[in-house]
Amino acid sequence: MSGAGRLALNLLSLALGLLIWAGFSASDLVGLPGPVEVAVRGWDSVRSGQLGADALASLARVLTGFVLGAAVAIPIGFLMGWYAIARRLIEPYVQFFRMIPPLAVIPLAIVTMGIGEVPKIFVIFLAAFLSSVIAVYGGVISVDRTLINAARVLGAKDGTVFARVIIPASVPFILVGLRIGLGSSWATVVAAELIAAQSGLGFRMQQAQLYYDLPMLFVCLIAIGVLGLGMDRILQSVERRLTAWQERA
Amino acid sequence: MTPKISFQDVSARFGDFAALEHFDLDIADGEFITVVGPSGCGKSTAMNIAAGLLKPTSGRVLVDDAGVDGPGPERGIIFQQYALFPWLTVRQNVEFGLCIAGKGKVERRSIADHFMDLVGLTDFADALPKTLSGGMKQRCAIARAYAVNPKILLMDEPFGALDALTRVGLQDRLLEAWGQERRTVMFITHDVDEAVYLANRVVVMAARPGRLDRIIQVDLPYPRTEEIRLSDAFTAIRNQVWRAVYKRQDEPRNTASC
Repeated sequence: MSGAGRLALNLLSLALGLLIWAGFSASDLVGLPGPVEVAVRGWDSVRSGQLGADALASLARVLTGFVLGAAVAIPIGFLMGWYAIARRLIEPYVQFFRMIPPLAVIPLAIVTMGIGEVPKIFVIFLAAFLSSVIAVYGGVISVDRTLINAARVLGAKDGTVFARVIIPASVPFILVGLRIGLGSSWATVVAAELIAAQSGLGFRMQQAQLYYDLPMLFVCLIAIGVLGLGMDRILQSVERRLTAWQERA
Repeated sequence: MTPKISFQDVSARFGDFAALEHFDLDIADGEFITVVGPSGCGKSTAMNIAAGLLKPTSGRVLVDDAGVDGPGPERGIIFQQYALFPWLTVRQNVEFGLCIAGKGKVERRSIADHFMDLVGLTDFADALPKTLSGGMKQRCAIARAYAVNPKILLMDEPFGALDALTRVGLQDRLLEAWGQERRTVMFITHDVDEAVYLANRVVVMAARPGRLDRIIQVDLPYPRTEEIRLSDAFTAIRNQVWRAVYKRQDEPRNTASC
């Protein structure tokens, strides 16, 4: 299918979705605001700068937590993949904490770290770290043995094998892990802001709920979806560029 | 003259499985040895021990009278699965070992140019492996192995995954390169014709347990040509090897690598 054809289908699907939504709200079955009402409310909040400020606050938290999480996950994942001892020591904890949703840590984080930025960023850090570390570690242990042997036969010692084979070979896995990590960070920030925050999209939804501002709830939900999608697409295009060497079936 | 490679009573067991038992073989400097045998005969095991990728359970392998301890650039290996670094271009793959050896940029470039030319990949210097055909990938792997100038080439069914036509072409190129710069070659194959066409001596191995069965001398002159390949003398040796390989095959042949 041509690019124009695909775009046309995407637009068609969008238009159909809006139509169904408009039909639902017009039928008054559930008392939802229609697309026009939401668009007007959204435009207002964009013009007043409120939506931008909230989105920026949420994004800043996500990116801080995510970058910290990834920065810790990548070396620890490599350590676990490369050294059997590190794997045995670290893996039980990683596997255990992975089973606890980061959101479940929020009450504890608030009690011990207060209601400032620290507990929110910590929870996002945790979400990003736990989902990326497994991917990095999995990437390192699944590197083709033959490639490692080929490097050794050409004279490579451990350090060279690591830097010139293990790292490039695990890049695709790392990027997949980072995408998952970013997704769960974004999911976590909104929830964290719902509980205790003075800014951010989650906080704005909390306010909208209090004042029965249904259009604003929709505006926030759409903003969350669009921003999440945008970040994922950016990482996806980075991934495509960095892993262009991969054979794809 | 001391042998280039000397297997001395080498055995390797994996659990209860005797992959190789009491294997003795001397390979002379500059000799081209091919190894054939059914699956499970230990031919890959023997090669991996010589390469230093595997430790024998008992016995030892000497290279130039020194015990093998780990892999090294003086023993180049060509793998059946090519084992090219997929994120590097053909040139970068060929230069990989030179880089590790600490060669300067200009020298690396000229060595890589030479060997890419030797295998006919000059036009693909900047191509990624994923864009190459199987035969081209293997030629790239051969250039990469040659570039570090190994005295020994260990080849594990290098042409096993290629079609017959590509195979014959690569066999001729390999012999041509071997004729120009004499190296000691240990070449594993499933293909009896290939084994006879390339070798000074064909080593026939047997399975369960993996062991040396016999060594068949190939008294045919080099350079080997199509004429030789179609000669009666070739056919006679080929038949001799064929019988040695297949005589104890009472079970259906398993094509998996051994």
